[in-house]
Amino acid sequence: MSELPGDLLYTSEHEWLRKEDDGSITIGITDHAQAALGDLVYVELPEVGQEVTAGGEMAVVESVKAASDVYSPLSGEVIAVNDELADDPQKINSDPYGDGWIARVRPEGESEETMTPDEYQEFLDELED
Amino acid sequence: MPFIPHTEDDVREMLGTIGASSIAELFDEIPAELRIDDLTGVPDALSEMEISRLMRERAARDGGALCFIGAGAYEHHIPTVVWDIATRGEYYSAYTPYQAEASQGTLQTIYEYQSMITALTGLDASNASLYDGASALAEAALMAVRVNRRSQSTRVLLAAGVNPTWQKVAHAIAGTQGLRFDRLALDVESGTTDLAALDAAGEAPVAVVIQQPSFLGTLEDVDRLTDWAHAQGAIVIGMCNPTSLALLKPPGRWGETGADVACGEGQPLGVPLSSGGPYFGYMTCKESMVRQMPGRIVGRTTDLDGKKGFTLTLQAREQHIRRSKATSNICTNQGLMVTAATIYMSLLGYEGLAQVARASHERTAELLRRLTAIDGVERIFSGPHFHEAALRLDRPVRPALDALAAQGILGGYDLGRDFPELGNALLVCATETKTDADLDRYAEALAGIAAG
Repeated sequence: MSELPGDLLYTSEHEWLRKEDDGSITIGITDHAQAALGDLVYVELPEVGQEVTAGGEMAVVESVKAASDVYSPLSGEVIAVNDELADDPQKINSDPYGDGWIARVRPEGESEETMTPDEYQEFLDELED
Repeated sequence: MPFIPHTEDDVREMLGTIGASSIAELFDEIPAELRIDDLTGVPDALSEMEISRLMRERAARDGGALCFIGAGAYEHHIPTVVWDIATRGEYYSAYTPYQAEASQGTLQTIYEYQSMITALTGLDASNASLYDGASALAEAALMAVRVNRRSQSTRVLLAAGVNPTWQKVAHAIAGTQGLRFDRLALDVESGTTDLAALDAAGEAPVAVVIQQPSFLGTLEDVDRLTDWAHAQGAIVIGMCNPTSLALLKPPGRWGETGADVACGEGQPLGVPLSSGGPYFGYMTCKESMVRQMPGRIVGRTTDLDGKKGFTLTLQAREQHIRRSKATSNICTNQGLMVTAATIYMSLLGYEGLAQVARASHERTAELLRRLTAIDGVERIFSGPHFHEAALRLDRPVRPALDALAAQGILGGYDLGRDFPELGNALLVCATETKTDADLDRYAEALAGIAAG
């Protein structure tokens, strides 16, 4: 298991969040999640301008063996989506914390509980036990 | 594929392996009050001899009537070889085998079917079929909701000429999921959707369904309806008789950008009229929407040795993987009907299918000429038709049909129940199966009744 980036927050649904300078939050799925899914073949992205709610469905990632919902860790408005995933969903496999980002949300209101990198690592270790 | 049932030894061994004492124990988790121990009202089983006799008697009751009913199911000549091949052991099965390692022939047949249906409808992708045209409409409406995420509406708007029975079926299936099915107004002069009334159609719908040819046998202005629907932000669902598509513009080319989804009843393609079924529904769509399509899809691929092969694809849409988020609970297709349809289409070819369509159109025109020569019988709509048209009688339709049936003629479909505004209206159909003598027989019988 590779090192978890230290500048991100994590959820129990295996999503990561990065706070951008403009206050918006970039969201993706973790290395653990992409490894569990296997090679991704399709990503159903939200629409820019769409309202998402904390804990609600935001995107769908589909691999050759499964399709999983990606839940929004916070409520807000989608201000950007990673269009490049439409043609190259495996960016999530190759670079989950970078080029494989899914959407950027301007937070409005509540958010799900998040974990620090250390807490998430502990969470993962417990899963493996 | 051999069917070898488990022996008692097999069953005992399997139960032993999992540590269960009986088959009944496997159902323990279903609460006792939900289980039904006896089937009251269900008659005792019949022996093979008894059931054969019962079915023969029932079949004889259908008789050899001369059939002029269309209304969604059509009598066409089916070359003997179609069902000769379809019922060979390699194909004939109550269930479609999908395992790629065991079923390359079946999978290739379905793939060829999908290719043919996409060619006919002018769209990009086809599924492996659905149960029938009516349930295909329900599935298409539900698919439209999934595709059209911008629309907040649950309203599906049907053109005036959509099969009323299919509307009822679609409501029964999709109504419980919150969809509402409304109809656009009928222009009683033309027998098509009233284009002048479109502006008063109300709430912008999530989808618009256009049937071509319409249930009344007329031809809709599909280009205008398609463009109007798209301007409303709706998904356009085209519902077509596949035989007609050999002559008419395919839904994929309607209007500026084409219908988004096409569906309909596949029965005219090699499936006989048989006391109401089994039939099959077809469905095709634009490539961008394929992940929202319900049902099985067969794809072509290459194996490790670089050889062509066929396999189910895009299965992450389906309920065995996606569970409650699946596009549909349809996880099967009408494999045998599709096999027959594929053989039928291969035998006829595009030109052959066009000949069937042209001959059916010509036979219907001839029938109309003969019937409208009778006093008290007139066409209701003057516009073009395919192989069906509405007639108005100067007397109630039901007794006239009964009198025809007494002479061995099924004279058509009584429109009175679904379209009372049309008066004594009768929908008639003649396909390539009808000879001049058949048409004369119908005309003479109806003339006799009209003179009575």
